[in-house]
Amino acid sequence: MSPLEIVIVVVVFVVLVSGGLLVGRTRRRAGRPPFPSRMPEAGATTAQPPSEPARVAAPPIELAPLPRPELRERLGRARALLSGYLDGLRAHGLDESSFEQLEEALILADVGISTTTELIDGLRAKVREKEIGQSPEALIEALRAELTAMFEGDSPSLAKGTGEGPTVWLFVGVNGVGKTTTIGKLAAREAAGGSQVVLAAGDTFRAAAGEQLETWAARSEAGIIRGSEGADPSSVIFDAVQHAAARSAELVLADTAGRLHTKANLMEELKKVRRVAERPPGQLTEVLLVLDATTGQNALVQARQFTEAVGVTGIVLTKLDGTAKGGVVLAVRHELGIPIKLVGVGEKVEDLVEFDPEEFVAALFE
Amino acid sequence: MFETLTDRFEGILTRLRSRGRLGDAEVAEVLREIRVALLEADVNLNVVRDLTERIRARCTGAELSKSLTPAQQVIKVVNEELTETLGGTQFKLSYASKPPTVVLLAGLQGSGKTTAAASLARWFRQQGRSPYLVGADLQRPAAVEQLRVLGASVGVGVFSEPTDPVSVSRRGLEEAERLGRDVLIVDTAGRLAIDKELMEEVRRISEALHPHYTFLVVDSMTGQDAVRTAEAFNATLSLDGVILTKVDGDARGGAALSVKQVVGKPIAFVSTGERPADFEPFHPDRLANRILGMGDVLSLIEKAERNYDQQVAEKAVERLQAGRFSFDDFLEQLQQVKKMGPLQGVLGMLPGMPKEVKNAKIEEKDVAKVEAIIRSMTPKEREEPNLIDGSRRLRIANGSGTSAADVNNLLRQFKEMQKMMRSLPMGRMMGGVGGRQKRSGGRNKKKGGRVTPSARHSR
Repeated sequence: MSPLEIVIVVVVFVVLVSGGLLVGRTRRRAGRPPFPSRMPEAGATTAQPPSEPARVAAPPIELAPLPRPELRERLGRARALLSGYLDGLRAHGLDESSFEQLEEALILADVGISTTTELIDGLRAKVREKEIGQSPEALIEALRAELTAMFEGDSPSLAKGTGEGPTVWLFVGVNGVGKTTTIGKLAAREAAGGSQVVLAAGDTFRAAAGEQLETWAARSEAGIIRGSEGADPSSVIFDAVQHAAARSAELVLADTAGRLHTKANLMEELKKVRRVAERPPGQLTEVLLVLDATTGQNALVQARQFTEAVGVTGIVLTKLDGTAKGGVVLAVRHELGIPIKLVGVGEKVEDLVEFDPEEFVAALFE
Repeated sequence: MFETLTDRFEGILTRLRSRGRLGDAEVAEVLREIRVALLEADVNLNVVRDLTERIRARCTGAELSKSLTPAQQVIKVVNEELTETLGGTQFKLSYASKPPTVVLLAGLQGSGKTTAAASLARWFRQQGRSPYLVGADLQRPAAVEQLRVLGASVGVGVFSEPTDPVSVSRRGLEEAERLGRDVLIVDTAGRLAIDKELMEEVRRISEALHPHYTFLVVDSMTGQDAVRTAEAFNATLSLDGVILTKVDGDARGGAALSVKQVVGKPIAFVSTGERPADFEPFHPDRLANRILGMGDVLSLIEKAERNYDQQVAEKAVERLQAGRFSFDDFLEQLQQVKKMGPLQGVLGMLPGMPKEVKNAKIEEKDVAKVEAIIRSMTPKEREEPNLIDGSRRLRIANGSGTSAADVNNLLRQFKEMQKMMRSLPMGRMMGGVGGRQKRSGGRNKKKGGRVTPSARHSR
């Protein structure tokens, strides 16, 4: 028996015994409710003394009439590739290769193989049944209609609480998708719309995440509550809600640290953040999952896991101004029914726009 | 991250294994499945096409071997092509004859450049170098601040000033020379490949620095766009390699395959977590093995060699086979295995583990629970678990802060594994585990599982 085999046997043994115990336990636990939500004021007592809302003398950005950039225009660059496909398709008659070209275009847009296959098979059937015209143009038109219909009934507006107390919007997502930047832009937008906004710097893990948010707060004249590095994020959000309530600010935008959905402990932490955020006087009306448009099929897994943990109510799709087309949101909407709320198309404040399905799809097809 | 891809291939290849012959139709079916698996894993469409074509050509072609079944042959071909695509050999870094060796990091927003910069600095320190960091990301609010904090945490100085990225880089280089540092790592702002202005800026940074290595930092979750991004950055900066980040997620990591294929430059490092310590050189051959479900045996061996006391292990196996393996032995082995890293990671490296076991979440606190239970047993109970009756069980549960059911679970698990291990024939234990499990069937199936043929593949 080789030394390697010896080591493997021992490791297998140890891992299986330790791991096996857990398999049994997790299964049992699944039946029970998550876990009791206790830790009442604990958050407040463990919190660092909240810093006074930063009102830095930085010149606020001119925001008055919010210019609404044409999403279509911003997507111009992303569009080029797909329309290249479509031009080739139009030049050609309708045959099997038309379907293949469309399939290819959808896959390259990160729509994903299963949603793509479903769409293309549907088109094939429709052409066969003569439900749509026998031309490439009709085929493209049908696909466009189908894609737009996927977002039917969605509203991009973000819900505000109707009762007393500040509305809370919670932002979640994996690392580096643009949560902090999105909050910064949204704060400016909401402040320009006349709301008094408090930012909760709940990312207490990443170095200087608080500083980053503070810069944004200063730009939009929003208040900000920070904890020290490594502080309990729930306590920061608790303090922010209290702070907002005391000053009758309408809106709390709660940032959280980026976390991979595979980290069980971090997802548990997020559940706690959610429970604290929805405690009165706070009214949690939106849990927004921020997705990076360059992300591929893993976005679907992210959406599923975050929804399971904290009940995602909407998607913010960032970095759509690059060449990535974020087609995976089609799959997210299709499979999980989560609406897309906002789209990020640049680094400036006004580059965060409401999602418009028709514009989105049309932009892809022009 | 590559687990799911592994699962897909395992599914396909298991069916393949059970087939005696392989005709054109089978090859076509396998290729279709491989295509879907690769696309779901975000491998770029063109790379997929290329890869499946190469596999098809080699499979349907003549090179029939006498010693391998057709199925084994397909596996071998797929493995070779994947390894080839992933980079064949490992990236080797050499240092400039006239220090400092300059390393430039570039990439999209949020790909993990700043964290990678600090991780890389830590890695260079471990290699006995004295690195220096330059924060040239003056775009994102507080990016330099983040780098300073991270730099301080790994004990590496950071240079930055609020001027412009090109002069910061130039001054950083001068500063490194003045301080006698032998490696300079420059963190730049995230930028889109189609942003002409910012791409021109990074080109000028590169011109000012003449970096010895330019790395593109790529998020392992990236989709089809990875290729376009990599191509554009390569055209502007002529890359030397790629740093793949967020590998600790469950993305299938097709981006790694695509970028390697398109840019033709190796993946040099992978970042497996948010802390600077979670960073290591990339091993393409191991990864291909892992994609094929053979487990990351080489990494496991390396870790074992570094951390495992050979004699302790041998003694343990002897006792296992003699049926005298006690909870004390178990505890001792657990300490050894823990030295190899988090159990979850070790588990991921084991070859051929079934999905249920692989997906089980092993958290450190749960392992601590197992330890607590054992430590609450008397020496006698550890030697003879059969002694444990209702009242002893309650005492153990109370003593360890667990429940009687937890204690029971551990006892049952331990007994089953012990029985299994005892029945292993010497020398071919891996096959033995598999066979034994298959027969025992029923609800115990998930625990043991197929630990099968992989041992043969290990070198």
